[in-house]
Amino acid sequence: MSDISPARAFRPAATEAPWARITLTLAVVAILAVLLFAPLVTVFYEALREGVGASLATLANPESQSAIWLTLFVAAFAVPLNAVFGVAAAWLITKYSFRGKAVLITLIDIPFSVSPVVAGLCIVLTFGANSWVGSWLVAQGLPVVFAVPGIVMASMFVTFPFVARELIPVMVEQGRAAEEAALTLGASGWRVFFTVTLPNIRWALLYGVLLCNARAMGEFGAVAVVSGKIRGLTATMPITIEMLYNEYSSVAAFTLAAVLALLALVTLALKSLLEWRYADQLAATHRH
Amino acid sequence: MRQPFVHKSPIPGLGLSAGITLSMLSLMVLLPIAGLLVQGFSAGIPAFLAAVNTPRTWAALYLSFRLSLVAALFNLVFGVVLAWVLVRYRFPFRKVLNAAVDLPFALPTAVAGIALTALYAPNGAFGQIAKDWGFKIAYTHWGILIALIFVGLPFVTRTVQPVIEEIAREVEEASATLGATRAYTLRRVIWPMLAPAALTGFALSLARAVGEYGSVIFIAGNIPLKTEIAPLLIVIKLEEYNEPGAAAIGIAMLVMSFGMLFIINAAQVFSRKRMAYV
Repeated sequence: MSDISPARAFRPAATEAPWARITLTLAVVAILAVLLFAPLVTVFYEALREGVGASLATLANPESQSAIWLTLFVAAFAVPLNAVFGVAAAWLITKYSFRGKAVLITLIDIPFSVSPVVAGLCIVLTFGANSWVGSWLVAQGLPVVFAVPGIVMASMFVTFPFVARELIPVMVEQGRAAEEAALTLGASGWRVFFTVTLPNIRWALLYGVLLCNARAMGEFGAVAVVSGKIRGLTATMPITIEMLYNEYSSVAAFTLAAVLALLALVTLALKSLLEWRYADQLAATHRH
Repeated sequence: MRQPFVHKSPIPGLGLSAGITLSMLSLMVLLPIAGLLVQGFSAGIPAFLAAVNTPRTWAALYLSFRLSLVAALFNLVFGVVLAWVLVRYRFPFRKVLNAAVDLPFALPTAVAGIALTALYAPNGAFGQIAKDWGFKIAYTHWGILIALIFVGLPFVTRTVQPVIEEIAREVEEASATLGATRAYTLRRVIWPMLAPAALTGFALSLARAVGEYGSVIFIAGNIPLKTEIAPLLIVIKLEEYNEPGAAAIGIAMLVMSFGMLFIINAAQVFSRKRMAYV
């Protein structure tokens, strides 16, 4: 009897040699360990360097508290507004045929190719005290730049396409037939949206909102330009991390960073859960 | 016959959805960009050119684009290999690794920035090893490069992965039965199928790296003419109340990014045509 079993003697033609597969896998894992996992571990290691108690104490100080509340407050405005925009834009683009649709999609995508710093700069130049829009707003007692409205606008700019980008492919795939059938049966426009469209897109909507939220809470470059970095007033969590780090308050900076890193990990977990559980209701590119 | 601007549709909500979309797009994106252009050119074209044409600005723009290109090239090669390994091979913790690839998207850039700096500074875990070898990473070009690779890491993998999943095994088997070696099949059969998606990911990774600020400024050292990136120069100009100067650099960056995206889109159309599939 041959000592080579048929399964081993018969290697499929459409794959790489075993040594190549093992080498590639090990190389990929090693590079990811250095590039991704090492920085992540560093955040928690530096945060807990002086013990859990010391870290928690820095979270309790007024500066951290106000930063955490501001970040939540900004996300509470920016994320729902962008979700409404995303749904409206996806409805417009997928339910109607009109000229200039490609141009509209390109315009919605602009924030993806603009540097966050340039985004912040645009807002400063348009709504700052030196512009005519800005000076009018200040006269009305509603300053935008170096104030919370500017931070909300900057966060919205950088996350602008997120929800629309998730919804458009899903709604293109689903077509218009279900909505048209509901209308023929006498449903009103809003009823069609809430009972036919929304149930079909809810997981894709949640997916988009999740990514939008993670980016809005963590945005640094655009917010750094518009916030003015006033402690207790316009310093979000990422801005406070920068200020603490530059003052050599390493533990405090890394503790806030660890909170944001935990948020990132939760986001990734929920995102993977959605991809695994509701793959058929997400954009095709997320099905793996 | 000329097409109507909007085709008639029985679905209601055209006015509402168009109203929300266009008003928010105008207020949040188009108006601010118009504000940048107006401010940048308010003092005339010569003043704009004078603001851009300084050694410090050129050095910053050149540094940003050069290092971004290197980082995007690394991410192109590594991203394709990573996507291939994740889709085709089976190994423990593959799903965890797959989920972790998106970490740079989810982790705030300031967090990544201070973590990378702590890691690669001369007293950090990796920085110390580099120091023993007589090599400095943080506060040099190498540090900036590592930060740019980090933020652009997922793009190529995420655009290429769905394409690899769609490849029919029969194509590779046909190639093998016709006598092609595995390397030849990968190069002449598989790569042409992946190239357009890989180029898209490369372009996204490049655009992201050019504009990146948060993860870079902590590790860069920020020495003018040496390790000062273009976005940082904008922030510095704004802190000096030099709004026209900041606007000029902002416009220069905008034009260069759009130009690059345009070239890469053209390359993509060309490669799709050459490979004769759409």
